[in-house]
Amino acid sequence: MSNKTPPNLRYTKDHEWILVDGSTGTIGITDHAQDALGDIVFVDAPKTGTPVQAGKVFGTVESVKAVSDLFSPASGEVTEVNDTLKDSPESVNEDPYGKGWLIKIKLSDKSEVDALMTADQYSAYAAQEHS
Amino acid sequence: MVRKVREHISQNEGLIFERSSAGKYAYQLPEAQVPEIDPAAALGADAVRPEIPDFPEVSEVEVVRHFTRLSTWNYGIDHGMYPLGSCTMKYNAKINEYVARLEGIAGEHPYQPEALAQGCLKIMKLLQDYLIEITGMDAITLQPAAGAHGELTGCLLIRAYLQSQGNPRTKILIPDSAHGTNPATAVIAGYEVEAIRSNSKGCLDLEALHNAVSEDVAALMVTNPNTLGIFEENIAKAAEILHAKGAQLYMDGANMNALVAMARPGDFGVDVMHLNLHKTFSTPHGGGGPGAGPVAVKKHLEPFLPVPVVEDDGKGGWKLNHKRKQSIGRVRAYVGNFGVLVRALAYTMANGRDGLRQTTLDAVLNSNYIRAKLADLYDLAYSGPTLHECVFNDKRQLTSGVRTGDIAKRLIDYGFHPYTVSFPLIAAGAMMIEPTETESKEELDLFIAAMRDIAGECATQPELVKNAPQSTRVTRMDEVAAARKPVLRWKSH
Repeated sequence: MSNKTPPNLRYTKDHEWILVDGSTGTIGITDHAQDALGDIVFVDAPKTGTPVQAGKVFGTVESVKAVSDLFSPASGEVTEVNDTLKDSPESVNEDPYGKGWLIKIKLSDKSEVDALMTADQYSAYAAQEHS
Repeated sequence: MVRKVREHISQNEGLIFERSSAGKYAYQLPEAQVPEIDPAAALGADAVRPEIPDFPEVSEVEVVRHFTRLSTWNYGIDHGMYPLGSCTMKYNAKINEYVARLEGIAGEHPYQPEALAQGCLKIMKLLQDYLIEITGMDAITLQPAAGAHGELTGCLLIRAYLQSQGNPRTKILIPDSAHGTNPATAVIAGYEVEAIRSNSKGCLDLEALHNAVSEDVAALMVTNPNTLGIFEENIAKAAEILHAKGAQLYMDGANMNALVAMARPGDFGVDVMHLNLHKTFSTPHGGGGPGAGPVAVKKHLEPFLPVPVVEDDGKGGWKLNHKRKQSIGRVRAYVGNFGVLVRALAYTMANGRDGLRQTTLDAVLNSNYIRAKLADLYDLAYSGPTLHECVFNDKRQLTSGVRTGDIAKRLIDYGFHPYTVSFPLIAAGAMMIEPTETESKEELDLFIAAMRDIAGECATQPELVKNAPQSTRVTRMDEVAAARKPVLRWKSH
């Protein structure tokens, strides 16, 4: 299970992950989320410079089944968007914690991340939600 | 065993553009009996359209065969059961088509003087009165062109009403079981959306609602019965919670086929709602054809209804009132999709109160018959009692790797249109089945037998199901590639 919930990330109840490196947070959706959504066909992410707020919608992800909102794990400003997803949205399915990252933000309050779930907590949460 | 269908040879057919060859034509006009004139000289060169490039040149029989062949590739309600949950794909009696096509009705022009359009105005007034009675509301507009358009009209009415009270507010609450159009509508109407999680029964969570309602909330948009087919039994309490904070209760009438002549939204606290006449009140739909989404409201919202409004003219006739100071304005050209209104009136009057009630009871009975006959082989998403549709999930079939979409495709091999796949989102692997009142026990039994056979195949030959359909003209489409790399137009070169 470890590769399905990398221990160095933090997780939201809405199935996003965040990787903190200095004051930068990289955000994506979890393996559990991509599996539940099915084949991703389109990612609608905000432009660089857009402010995002913890717990608020910052974009949408569209699969063959449904369009789902993306909720930001933390507050800050978008510094980079994964443009490769425009041509290869399948990266989100194939490598949700790597090539399938969505946006990077400059964190405005790093303590917000501490309130998120750890890998173990998220694994238990996802398993329980599925049953 | 597949009993309903067998394979049969169908004709290949290309696009009509590909059939074209220069010089072919379908008819000959007689010799003109007046002298020919040059249209450019008579009307001005800019009024003359040049030849349409690549316009297909084909003979009459080629046109006839083209469309006849294409029609044999189709599946419609006239072929058999169409259990697409949440869509109410009922059979629409042909007499309603006949009535809508009557010369005096179909040939009417919207700019005809009111004195010469009394029949059409009466049709609208009668339909309004019946729909108000059926919904238990106070007033109605027939203008909106379909369900989502009705939602938008309803939200704009709420906004106008709240604005008149001093504050349009900022948020609309929507349960996580809602149709996707609800949040889209709220956003288009300028509201922020807040999702309300359903409780363990798949219903509205009153506590969550209570916590979410504030002076910022304009309305709750709820579908009742909800998308699981479950009647929201706390709807009246939800209305109380909303009204206590000055918020409105919007009901999406997509599932009215479960309520007509049995329960009235106006009686359980709804302030504004729309009806899908093309679902519940007899108009063929699903092909993108016209619908109608009338919006019914309580008294306090009436001043804001779109104009024109059909009214008594005080002389035993009817007129269109365009003067309403607080109206949100027109939402659709003329008076809406009139042909749909005619069908709805014909349907309502032909059935009458008792007929409508029987229709509702039959729709609920059919759904529950399917549910009872399949519950030993498929898991129910939620166990509460359901009305006009039932939702299973693919949990048991997933153990052999078969998903809801695969089972739906396999149904095609058995001669049925698939059920609704993967919706509502709160039921993982959902299989949503709505037979409507249309189906006889014989057709239902064929469907049940097909679903039971497929359950067996899922266990013993999962690959057969995963690669379905097997017997169709074209096998499984690559839906993912179609969405990721869509080809949106045909090119001749």
